[in-house]
Amino acid sequence: MIRVQREDFEIGAELSALTVGRHGVGGVASFIGLVREMAEGKELSAMTLEHYPGMTERQLAALEDEALTRWPLDRVLIVHRYGRLAPGEQIVLCVATASHRQAAFEACAFMMDWLKTKAPFWKLEEAADGAQWVEARDSDDQAVARWANNDR
Amino acid sequence: MKVLYFAWLRSQTGLSEEDVDPPADVATVGQLMDWLAERSPGHAEAFANLEAVRCAVNQEYAKPDAAVGRDDEVAFFPPVTGG
Repeated sequence: MIRVQREDFEIGAELSALTVGRHGVGGVASFIGLVREMAEGKELSAMTLEHYPGMTERQLAALEDEALTRWPLDRVLIVHRYGRLAPGEQIVLCVATASHRQAAFEACAFMMDWLKTKAPFWKLEEAADGAQWVEARDSDDQAVARWANNDR
Repeated sequence: MKVLYFAWLRSQTGLSEEDVDPPADVATVGQLMDWLAERSPGHAEAFANLEAVRCAVNQEYAKPDAAVGRDDEVAFFPPVTGG
């Protein structure tokens, strides 16, 4: 399941809903991304996430399919917010549930690496000296590349 | 053809989207970028460094040699930073 929304999400409710009645699930791995107050030594007042409506949903659905194909998972949930967010606010929730922990952990890490480089979001950071678009990082490209040769 | 701009390409062109009617010899993403760059000083600025521009055709990532036609939705944006 994937959702792209302006509203915040409630972690406990999201995680609980994923496993109701699904007693084959032995583990739930999750990652929550937050807005950091510091970026490259500057204190941020806010971060605005812009996205490409339509393409974002398509890309996230493709990511969900890819994770479910690569690992023996029960379910996947990705909730990604957009709009203007303050430091400390939640940006993204990524969850994988599975019979065993290894698949859940690996799929969760894979999905986050993939989101960084393929989900069509852009971040505008606001600080005292003005606003600046966040540049893509080479380290994110390297992080996602490690999954390309995965032999699963 | 519908063209969309995101992030600093939107700021520089001053447009989030526009309908354009390029000539028939504009058949690829790369040719479209060259043609769009001529439309205004803001467009020229947005397409000044093509290394920094990414593209999607009909909401799928596309390289400069990908084909484009009049019924396509073509988006230009900087490298993405999700998550």
